[in-house]
Amino acid sequence: MAGSVLEIKDLHVSIEDKEILKGVNLTIKSGEFHAVMGPNGTGKSTLASAIMGHPKYEVTSGSITLDGEDVLEMEVDERARAGLFLAMQYPSEISGVTNSDFLRSSINARRAEGDEIPLMKFIKEMDEAMDFLEMDKNMAQRYLNEGFSGGEKKRNEILQLLMMKAEIGILDEIDSGLDIDALKVVAKGINRLRDENFGCLIITHYQRLLNYIEPDFVHVMMQGRVVKSGGSELSKRLEAEGYDWIKQELNIEDETINA
Amino acid sequence: MTVETKQPYNDEYISRFSSSRNEPEWMKDLRQQALSQSESLDMPKPDKTGIKNWDFNTYVHEVEGSKIDALDKLPASVAALIDADNAPNLYIQRNNSAAYLALDEKWSEQGVIFTDISTALQQHADLVKRYYMKDAVNVDEDRLTALHAALMNGGVFVYVPKNVVVDEPLQTIFWQEDDSVASFNHILIVAEANSSVTYVENSISHNADTATFANVVTEVIAEDNANVSYGAVDNFAAGTTVYAKRRGVAYRDARIDWAIGQMNDGNTISEHITNLIGDNSGSEAKSVVVGRGKQIQNFTTNIIHFGKNSVGSILSHGVMKEQASSVFNGIGKIEHGASKSDATQETRVLMLSQGARGDANPILLIDEDDVVAGHAASVGRVDPLQLYYLMSRGITKHEAERLIIHGFLAPVVNQLPIESVKNQLTQVIEGKVN
Repeated sequence: MAGSVLEIKDLHVSIEDKEILKGVNLTIKSGEFHAVMGPNGTGKSTLASAIMGHPKYEVTSGSITLDGEDVLEMEVDERARAGLFLAMQYPSEISGVTNSDFLRSSINARRAEGDEIPLMKFIKEMDEAMDFLEMDKNMAQRYLNEGFSGGEKKRNEILQLLMMKAEIGILDEIDSGLDIDALKVVAKGINRLRDENFGCLIITHYQRLLNYIEPDFVHVMMQGRVVKSGGSELSKRLEAEGYDWIKQELNIEDETINA
Repeated sequence: MTVETKQPYNDEYISRFSSSRNEPEWMKDLRQQALSQSESLDMPKPDKTGIKNWDFNTYVHEVEGSKIDALDKLPASVAALIDADNAPNLYIQRNNSAAYLALDEKWSEQGVIFTDISTALQQHADLVKRYYMKDAVNVDEDRLTALHAALMNGGVFVYVPKNVVVDEPLQTIFWQEDDSVASFNHILIVAEANSSVTYVENSISHNADTATFANVVTEVIAEDNANVSYGAVDNFAAGTTVYAKRRGVAYRDARIDWAIGQMNDGNTISEHITNLIGDNSGSEAKSVVVGRGKQIQNFTTNIIHFGKNSVGSILSHGVMKEQASSVFNGIGKIEHGASKSDATQETRVLMLSQGARGDANPILLIDEDDVVAGHAASVGRVDPLQLYYLMSRGITKHEAERLIIHGFLAPVVNQLPIESVKNQLTQVIEGKVN
């Protein structure tokens, strides 16, 4: 298998006529783990939402392609079926729809009609994945994200990621609000997917997560752009020294998108 | 009065009808008196819904239905409601006739009564008389209620003696096989002290084009520490104008829980009141509605707290599509003296099209200081962020909407205790929202 390539070129994105992304360039290939870091308000989560097609974000120019296919022309569900998965920072709560029914519908959405996952196979895979993520089994029968704690929601996002077999995973601040034990479990889930057929974009505010998931590439966002890229040594320097040295180096005073 | 409801059925007809059913004299008197009362009473006045032009007069009052010898001879639409291999307690009314009745011996031996209202009036006249339109619904509440009393032509009587716990559901099916037959069904459920019963009812008709009238009264009496769980799916076809009155009375430590699927296709007024008379009594009143076409509907759900420490919660969820329009009035009322009571309610309406209308009116009327009360109400479209979330997993927009709608109506579906009834309601919802 050749693997997938997600290519983002000169991406400009607005929300309610306010420009947030001002020309992002990024290429993620199967087998690669990329981390996008940066202070608050620099456009990181907007990038994740724009790739998936969040209804509030408008792409004003630039392109996103997956293996050469125009992602921006696709509906949200088509993007998912093409192989993109976004683990959301604030997943919706949907009352009356059980977690397991939702998971099964999601898995079947990527399979051809008539080739739905057999129920017993599904249950077995779900049980195994829930064990791996140290999740309480009754979460399968609870309504989707309803009344889940912050940590449970994050684990549930990773559960979906494990079971859906996406080509490219995007994790939007999957570490926020997690205690250290939960963080380790989430990292364990993500690391399990690391192979030549899976590429990952990890958006995080903190270096902390990257102690458990070693990125191949690290990008720093400021003012709605990627301003610096490097290897995992970059995130280590950021942890030790903060962002100020980058701001000085690039002559940036206000790193947010308001600048 | 602006509404002219000239009755085709007069005193003489009613007297004859009562005699033909071998009813006790008091019932004949009640009918005749109700008829004369109906002439001077006002029509009901559902809040915010005009019913001036509704047709309450076109119907045929009496249509016989033949006996059902075996459940496997039922048409598919009725058979789907029954778990044929496991329906030990089942009453089927076909038009106005009792067509099938089964009650497991273990219940009849303990004194449980589950029979059609006509038989009950002959065999258990005193019991019926003690409760029939006395403590729950009064004959003279409005013109249609009096008319119900005058023309009552079907229904069921459930009686559970003291300390008897019926741990299997009792199932009733009101099958309006004839397109024009009116349904003046009366459901009377009496649970004596410390007893417990679960009752599940389906009303079904197919008169898409033929006009008729359903004027149904349900009375549930839960004596001290009794527990009644009531489930119903109303599925009258578009031709039927529906006036449905459900009333519960809960005494000390008693509970009445309702789960009602309002799936009618015609114009409907539903008035649903639970009186929490006794201290520590409680009620959960859940209902779901799907409106479509040009349907006009009015749903009032009211829990009135008289007893101290009584707990009531109302949940109404409605889905409106096409040009359907509905008013949802949720009323939690705490009377003076009902201290430590708790009244909560949630009314939500989901609009699926531009032309649909939904009106949610949460009302709390509190006459006591030391209480807890709360309400939530919303009218809106399917949440775009919920859609986005589901679609981000590859689920199509259509399927995502379907999941959200079924989830929205799940509180009632999940509470119905008979699997076949649950499945059938899911299918009815499926058919209506697609």
